[in-house]
Amino acid sequence: MSYDKRNDGRGFDDCRPMEAKAGIVKSASGSASFKIGETVAFATVQGPRDLYPKFLKNPKKGKIRVFYQMMPFSGVGGRIRPGPNRRAKEISMVTAKAFEEVLCLEDFPNAVVDIYIDIPQADAGTRCAGISAASIALADAGIRMTEMVAGVAVGRTADKLLVDLDYSEEAHEEGATDIPIAVTSVTDKISLLQMDGDMTQKQLSEVLRKGIVACKAINEVQKAALKKGYEVA
Amino acid sequence: MESKLLIKERDVVIPGEELASGMDFLPSEGTYRLENSIYSKVMGLVKVDGKVLKVRALRGGYLPKRNDTVIGKVTDIMSAGWFIDIFSPYNSLLPLKEGSSDFIQRGADLTRYYDIEDFVVVKILSVNAQKQVDVTIKGPGLRKLKGGRLIKINSQKVPRVIGKQGSMINLIKENTGTQVTVGQNGIVWIKGEDPLMENLAEKTIRKIEAEAHIPGLTDRIGEWLKDQVGGKK
Amino acid sequence: MMNQNIKEHLSETLKKGVRYDGRKLDEFRSIEIETDVSTPAEGSATVRIGDTEVMAGVKIEMQKPYDDSADSGTLMVNAEFSPMADPKFESGPPSIDSIELARVIDRGIRESESIDVKKLCIVEGEKVWSVGIDLITINNAGNLLDCAGLAAVAAIKNAKLPEVDKEGNADYKHKSKNGLPIEKEPISVTIHVIGDTIIADPSREEEEASDARLTVASISKDVICAMQKGGSKALTVEQVDEMVDLALKKAEEIRKIL
Repeated sequence: MSYDKRNDGRGFDDCRPMEAKAGIVKSASGSASFKIGETVAFATVQGPRDLYPKFLKNPKKGKIRVFYQMMPFSGVGGRIRPGPNRRAKEISMVTAKAFEEVLCLEDFPNAVVDIYIDIPQADAGTRCAGISAASIALADAGIRMTEMVAGVAVGRTADKLLVDLDYSEEAHEEGATDIPIAVTSVTDKISLLQMDGDMTQKQLSEVLRKGIVACKAINEVQKAALKKGYEVA
Repeated sequence: MESKLLIKERDVVIPGEELASGMDFLPSEGTYRLENSIYSKVMGLVKVDGKVLKVRALRGGYLPKRNDTVIGKVTDIMSAGWFIDIFSPYNSLLPLKEGSSDFIQRGADLTRYYDIEDFVVVKILSVNAQKQVDVTIKGPGLRKLKGGRLIKINSQKVPRVIGKQGSMINLIKENTGTQVTVGQNGIVWIKGEDPLMENLAEKTIRKIEAEAHIPGLTDRIGEWLKDQVGGKK
Repeated sequence: MMNQNIKEHLSETLKKGVRYDGRKLDEFRSIEIETDVSTPAEGSATVRIGDTEVMAGVKIEMQKPYDDSADSGTLMVNAEFSPMADPKFESGPPSIDSIELARVIDRGIRESESIDVKKLCIVEGEKVWSVGIDLITINNAGNLLDCAGLAAVAAIKNAKLPEVDKEGNADYKHKSKNGLPIEKEPISVTIHVIGDTIIADPSREEEEASDARLTVASISKDVICAMQKGGSKALTVEQVDEMVDLALKKAEEIRKIL
C-alpha cells in the first residue's frame, strides 16, 4: 500500500510546525527549548568551566560533553526509568560530535562546556530536536562557533521519501527508515548521520538533500529565537 | 566582485550570520572570513570600524585578561600562596610575595592574611598559554572584602555597569550612598549603611544588565535613580 | 557567594525586616502554575515560584499489585536535581538532597492519604493502577522543595486515567475523563531561620545562609501531615511553634491559588 498522504496532511518535504525559545533557564550559561510537532527538547549549557577528572583536560583545546536524557513521563505508555541507558549514552556521544567542528574549542583550553538535553515530550525526532535546541543554547551562552547546527530526521515511510518523520510514520505498518541528520548552517555540511532501516543509494542521496533544505527552515526558527528580546524600538 | 555590507553598527547577529560579501572588509574579533564573505562566530552586537568588522558577545563566561581587576574567593592555601577562585573556568594563584607589602616568613600562618572563604579584590598579573593565572593584591583598591553582599552579573556587561571613566558606577554610588566594587569577572560587591539603598544599588545594576544594548542608557538610569530615591525619601 | 561575614551582613539586614529582593519576611514570590505541559504524561504541571521552576509528570500504568496489598494501587514519588537547574548539580545517581526532597513530598502525599489507593484497584490481585510522579528541577533560584511539592499536587490534579479497552488493557494513547481519586491536597511550606529571623520562601542566597529549616506539609489549616527539619542549628520549641504557624498560614494562601 502506498503512503499517499501524510497523517497530518503536510507536504513530504515539510517539517512539522516549529517553535523555539532562548534563555528558558535563568541560572544557566545558556539555554533553549525547541518544539517540532509534538516533540519538545530543552537544552541547557553550563560552562565553560573547570574539567574533572584532570586526565580529561586538553591543554590545547576545550571539550564539550553532552548529557541527553528523556524525562520519565515523556513517552506514551510506560514510564522511562531514570538512570544510565545505552541509547541515551549513544545519542549524547553523536550529539557532541555534531558540534565539535563548528565550536571554537581553542577559546577554552583545559575547560569543558557541558550541554544537558532533556526531553519532556517525545513524538519522534528527539535527538534532532535536541541538537537544534543545543545550538540555540550554545549561542545564547556566548560560546563562539562558526556555524549554527540544525537537526532533522529524514527517511522513508512505506514507499515515500520524507522529511521530519513523526512517531506514526516511524512506526508505520508498511515499514519505515529513519535517518537523523545534523547540518551546519553556513557550509551545509552533515555533522551527524545515522540510519535505522533500509534504503537505496539513490534514495539516500535524494533524501539527504531534502534534509539540508529543511535545516535552513530550522535555522530561521533558531535565529528568530535568539534575536527575540533584542529588538530595539 | 562588488563588496557589500549586509548589516549595520549595533545590529544583533548570531553565529554563522553573513555580515559582508566581497574582499574589501576585514574580519576581527568575533568574526571570520570564509571564501568571499565575512561571518559572525558569536551571538553579539556588530561593530563597524571602517573596513574592520567585529562582533562583541552579548553574553559569555569570563576569560581572564592581564591587568583586569576581579573579585575572587580564597579556596586553598599552599606554601606557594593562596588559590583564588575567580569564577572563570581558570583559577588563579596569589603568590606569597604578592599577598602583602610585609615580608612573609617561610612557615608563617598564611591564614592571618587571607583565610579560606575570604572574598578578595585582586588584579591579574599574568595569564599564560594554558590560562594559568597569577594575581596580586598589592595595589590601590585591592583588598580583602568584609561584609556587604555579592552578586554575579553577565561579565560582558561590566563595561556598561562601570560606564565611561566610571560615570555609571559613580551615578549609582552617589545616588544610593553605597560602596560598590565591580570585578571584570562579573562579580559585584555592594555595601551600605541602609539596606534599602543596597537593594536599590543591586536593582540598578540588574537594570543596566538588562538594558545595556538599548542606547541612551546613562541618562535613563540617571532619571530612574532620581525617581527611585525621591520616592523613598 | 557566601562566607561568614557575608552571612552576618545578610542576617543583620533581615533583623531590620529587609530582604535583598525587597520582599517582606513572610512573603512568597509570585507563583505560576501551568498544567498539561507534557502531553504523553497522564498528568503534568510546571510550577514557578519567582524564577524557581519545577516540572512534574504523572505516569499511570496498569500493573500487578504487590503481594501484600492485593487490593491497592501503588504510588511513587521520584525527584531529579537536574544539572540544568543549577551549575552545582551533577549528573549521575540521585544526590541525597534530591532523595530527601522526593521522600518528604512522598510522605506528604502518602501519609495524608491524599490519593485513595484502594480506589486504584481494578481487579483485586491482578490489575491495579500504578501512579509514578516524577519531579524534574528546571531552574533553582531557591526553595525547590515547596515548588516541587506544589508541582506534584498540580500534576496529580491534572492527571486522567488511561482508557481501558474491551480486553481490559490500558490504552495509553487515549485519556479517559476520570481523574485520580484525590481526597486531600497536601501543600508543603518550608520556613527558614537565619540568625534569629524566620523567613518564608528563601532565595538561593538565603538558602546558602540558612541555619535551619522546617518543612511542614498540611491538608488544611489545622492538620499537618508531614514534617522535616533540615540544617545544622537546633531549634527552640518556641521557634518551632512560630515556624509551624507561619507555614500553615502560607499553605492556606497557596491552597487558594491551586
